[in-house]
Amino acid sequence: MSIHIQVQTDDFNVGDEHNTLCSNNKSDGAVVTFTGLVREFSSGDNVIALELEHYPGMTEQLLQSIAEQAQTRWQLARICIIHRVGYLALGEQIVFVGVTSRHRQAAFEGAQFIMDYLKNHATFWKKEHFKDSSNWVEFKQSDKQAMGRWES
Amino acid sequence: MVVGSAINPNNVIYSAGKVELLFFGQLKERLKCSKLSLEIEQPLTISELKLRLVSQYPHWQPWLDERELLAALNQTMSSSDEIVKAGDELAFFPPVTGG
Repeated sequence: MSIHIQVQTDDFNVGDEHNTLCSNNKSDGAVVTFTGLVREFSSGDNVIALELEHYPGMTEQLLQSIAEQAQTRWQLARICIIHRVGYLALGEQIVFVGVTSRHRQAAFEGAQFIMDYLKNHATFWKKEHFKDSSNWVEFKQSDKQAMGRWES
Repeated sequence: MVVGSAINPNNVIYSAGKVELLFFGQLKERLKCSKLSLEIEQPLTISELKLRLVSQYPHWQPWLDERELLAALNQTMSSSDEIVKAGDELAFFPPVTGG
């Protein structure tokens, strides 16, 4: 089993990450990947960019722990989590989660679990930039509810 | 870093020294401070340490009293009754919003 965690300012290439998950991997029949993008999501003004900051050290430990928890619940041979920080323009990639498993159900569920836990626990903070102003993003209750389904 | 020690009435030796404080997200912006070394004479709970900060920086009170404020002691999420000692790293921040 392998876990790859990366917090970086640079962009990532989904194709390359997908290939890494698949290469020399004869036991897994499923790969699920998720990519999060910067969208113009705020009500009112359109977002032109996001600024992401994190708690270096703690963030990586938390992501590692989330991946390990996922591996205790599902048979996930390979997990890759990449999260970007810094100033990200509209349309840019923010986060990548990729997992491999023998079968698709574990891969789908594992990837979703990781994203839900990441949103609720990983020490990142987002600030939206508009044309003339900026605003820290508030924690969403819907993210907390999304995590609830894994707590049974 | 430990710079000295004191003996309390119960004869327990406590080390005085510095706690490294970190602030993130909106809190950092409001306090206009990302990190701070705070000298403590003996271990304090996280709540007591907050009171110390407020006595030193009264204008920080509304932000440090924020109900949703979270704390991590030595990079582990912690509740306000946990004990902070010299040499520890203590971070305060609002709920996380990554992903």
